[in-house]
Amino acid sequence: MGCMATEESYVLAIGTKKGLWLATSQDRQAWSMSGPHFLMSEVPSIGIDTRNGRARIMVGVRSEHWGPTVAHSDDLGATWTEPEQGAIKFPEGTDAAVERIWQIYPDAESRPGVVWAGAEPISVWKSTDGGEHFELNRGLWDHPHRSEWGAGYGGAAAHSIVVNPSGDNVHVAMSTGGVYRSLDGGTSWEPRNKGISAYFMPDPNPEFGQCVHKIAADSAVEGRLYAQNHHGVYRTDDNGENWESIAEGLPADFGFVMLTHPRRAGTAWVIPLKADGERIPPDGKLAVHRTDDAGKTWKRLDSGLPQGEYNAVLRDAASVDSAEPAGVYFGTRGGSVYASPDEGEHFTEVASHLPDVLCVRAAVVSAALVPGAPVPA
Amino acid sequence: MADISVVLPGVLQPLAGGQSILTTPADGAVTVGFLLDSLAGDYPVLARRLRDETGALRRYVNIYVNGDEVRRLQGLETEVAAGQEVVIIQSVAGG
Repeated sequence: MGCMATEESYVLAIGTKKGLWLATSQDRQAWSMSGPHFLMSEVPSIGIDTRNGRARIMVGVRSEHWGPTVAHSDDLGATWTEPEQGAIKFPEGTDAAVERIWQIYPDAESRPGVVWAGAEPISVWKSTDGGEHFELNRGLWDHPHRSEWGAGYGGAAAHSIVVNPSGDNVHVAMSTGGVYRSLDGGTSWEPRNKGISAYFMPDPNPEFGQCVHKIAADSAVEGRLYAQNHHGVYRTDDNGENWESIAEGLPADFGFVMLTHPRRAGTAWVIPLKADGERIPPDGKLAVHRTDDAGKTWKRLDSGLPQGEYNAVLRDAASVDSAEPAGVYFGTRGGSVYASPDEGEHFTEVASHLPDVLCVRAAVVSAALVPGAPVPA
Repeated sequence: MADISVVLPGVLQPLAGGQSILTTPADGAVTVGFLLDSLAGDYPVLARRLRDETGALRRYVNIYVNGDEVRRLQGLETEVAAGQEVVIIQSVAGG
């Protein structure tokens, strides 16, 4: 008997400093790679939208020469479409221009067509047509704090967007400005950083100004989110009203990545880096750390990972898929990409020697969408 | 009436239907900004590669009129005479 046909395939999109690579797999062990797409442009953001029975890959692309844009593909990268007038552009009167798209976030299944984006300069955008055209969120853009938000080393950006199932509760994280929350679907915004430290400021506990690197929501506990800060790993159980440290047990409280399980309460992943003066995996030993109890304890996961790795993993260079068990993926600034089909217990190297990996996104798609994939009988 | 020619670098030619030179009829001088506005009507994606949404020329896009880069002249207000050639070249930079 030959290979068993599967109904699902896996797509892994890898955005780098010099282009996009796309990989497909039937088992999350062997991968077929295409690319580079958008050669000589950086790809800092990717969204894979599996709603509406398709696999739409949306990418933020930025050329040093020709500027930023957003393109999408509905055929796994065989062809790309770019709206003629641009998907994301500041309206007249704002006197601002998009520098870089940092985040493309397809909303919930219940809101097909809604896609959020975060950009530099700090701004949040919302599309209702599947990511082809976005509208500037004026509530955040016109916020009186905006002039006081700063730029992290990578730029001043809204880099994390989390929307709860009802759609009313939206959290945004920005560097540097911290976490902001809207309770009215994005109309008005308030800082929600109580408990998150900003040790680099005169007041280490300011209302806003924190350098939050990434936030992610617990998929099974309403109101619970996790944050990887510039030093500090935190959890909130009350929608951001109060944050508490969950860094105990980690080898370092610095890092960029924060991932959560697609279904299971209390499960999250981080990839610690030693900082500020080093910014490499502690002692050069690369490991993912997973908690299954909402941050009370952490498990070191390094099977298949090099114990001599001196490159950082950036905030969006990691992803989980929605399979059972969930897959975990990440890439390094040294151009290595790793995949785990079992929630981080074992990793294999998918690619090596790529340019700096800026963004990784993985998704489960119908095998019928993947050329060459086995089709169920 | 004489044409003004806009010479495109190879990397941008796919955004202009594969053309390497775009021509605009002119019976007098026009500004570089006017020329780029004209391009935007026919080739909006090409126009977005050259200028951002505020209308500013992108940092590493260089436009030459009669051999001079427009930032050393009057920028987008630089006038181009009928019959002249405008050349667009990207900076040689980056690793």
